[in-house]
Amino acid sequence: MPDVTDRRTSPGERLIVALPYLWLVAFFLVPFLIVGRISLSQTAIAQPPYTPVLDLSAGLSGIADFVRALSTETYGLIASDDLYLFSYLKSLQVALVSTAILLVIGLPIAHAMARAPARLQPLLVVAVMLPFWTSFLIRIYAWMTILQHDGLLNQALLALGLVDTPPVWLATDTAVIIGIVYSYLPFMVLPLYASLQKLDETLMEAAADLGCPRWKSFWLVTVPLILPGVGAGCLLCMIPIVGEFVIPDLLGSSETMMIGQTLWTEFFSNKDWPVASAIAVVLLVLLVGPIAGYEALQSRQIREGR
Amino acid sequence: MRRLSPFNLVSLALGLAFLYVPILILVVYSFNASRLVTVWGGFSTRWYVALMQDRALQEAALTSLGIALASATLATVLGTLAALALTRLGRFRGRLPFAAMIYAPLVMPEVITGLSLLLLFVAVGFERGAATVTIAHTTLTMCFVAVVVQSRLAGFDRSLEEAAQDLGCPPLRTFLTVTLPVIAPGIAAGFLLAFSLSLDDLVIASFTTGPGATTLPIRIYSEVRLGVKPEINAVCTIFIAVTAVVVILASLATRRAERREAVSS
Repeated sequence: MPDVTDRRTSPGERLIVALPYLWLVAFFLVPFLIVGRISLSQTAIAQPPYTPVLDLSAGLSGIADFVRALSTETYGLIASDDLYLFSYLKSLQVALVSTAILLVIGLPIAHAMARAPARLQPLLVVAVMLPFWTSFLIRIYAWMTILQHDGLLNQALLALGLVDTPPVWLATDTAVIIGIVYSYLPFMVLPLYASLQKLDETLMEAAADLGCPRWKSFWLVTVPLILPGVGAGCLLCMIPIVGEFVIPDLLGSSETMMIGQTLWTEFFSNKDWPVASAIAVVLLVLLVGPIAGYEALQSRQIREGR
Repeated sequence: MRRLSPFNLVSLALGLAFLYVPILILVVYSFNASRLVTVWGGFSTRWYVALMQDRALQEAALTSLGIALASATLATVLGTLAALALTRLGRFRGRLPFAAMIYAPLVMPEVITGLSLLLLFVAVGFERGAATVTIAHTTLTMCFVAVVVQSRLAGFDRSLEEAAQDLGCPPLRTFLTVTLPVIAPGIAAGFLLAFSLSLDDLVIASFTTGPGATTLPIRIYSEVRLGVKPEINAVCTIFIAVTAVVVILASLATRRAERREAVSS
């Protein structure tokens, strides 16, 4: 590859960078700063519903008043009320449990895909992707039908004689985890498949020739090699699951809320913008580590792809 | 020669069954004559007839399609530029934060993205409606386009571009006549992905929308919250049918393009 680092950038090239760069600064970076600033405000019955509002027409004294009026009160509220702590812990618990289940279910599927005849593989990728293209909301709705009290799951369980009284599924954590595993499965399978597919099969054959049992060579040879794919898959699922709103809202109970629901309620029902912003800031701080890890894995993959 | 073990076959079969059975059930019950979603009352298309009279739902569908078309177009342009910047311009200044801003939205919880964009629109006094939803969707989906196009660019033989430039072809023309045709399948895939993500989004749209701009997912969500309804099964079936046809056609087109490439090279 020719070295382009010391080449001077032409105006055209500068434009290529500038357009998407400015867009992301304006609509991705700046909004976060505003969230941070509003998390330091207090709720007010006004438009917009928070105080203080920066009054630039008052000049320097306006700015000084504004800065003096900022407070960390909302963070104190979040720290002192158990509701928020439980909400964060609940989200973390659901995310960890469902990511673990996703890995256990996803790995055999990805493994089988990678071992399928080369001709069939693109077809299998489309087959795994296709449900992801149909609306997210539709897939959760499908599970509402299946899991409701007189739904198909209970009908099947009763018909098979597995239960005497139909168990309650909807509004439980089990339902939320089923919905999450179902929705995120393609995001787990595809990164795993990508790394399994690149695997050099002669390594496994060499291990087998030397008398290594299959499960052991999988553990000793395959697993270390696909670890980046496992990491990417797990993070790609876990991070958004922590902030998930739709699935717990439709399948879960209203008593134990995940943090995405708490944020939603504070914003839409309680109209408390500062608290909603502070919840977002804390969530972001919790997720900064995993997000950075995901980015590192992504850029490594792209470098290796070249 | 590799062979699928029984374990492989079972996991593949169970995995695909898990993915498709719920969707299949949904489609079958959209043709149910009974109002009860779980009791089979014979075949009927009454829920599809009911849909044709539901003006609010049709309007929501049109709003969604308009937003998806506009945001996917914008996102494809911006995302392709971003992909070019990341793969072609080496280590330009500010590359690291740029790459971070491309990958972060892919995993960022939607409630955070939605809330932050809404607060921006309020702060600058931008009236909320279809335009703000379009901006929000463009921001999210351009990152997906960038990743898809980038993977296509990464596997691209640069000597073709260099040959064109050595022969005196100006950069813009090289891009249009050499690079663009090669990465076109990636761009098309990126556009489709952006389109379907926009059509699908509920959370970000709920935050950034205003009066008069109710999208289809917002509409469906408000119905679904009240319980399961056969009309919704019918909407979902139409939605599934359309996406299935588009995705299958797109993947066929991509495979044909790839085969042609394999033949010509």
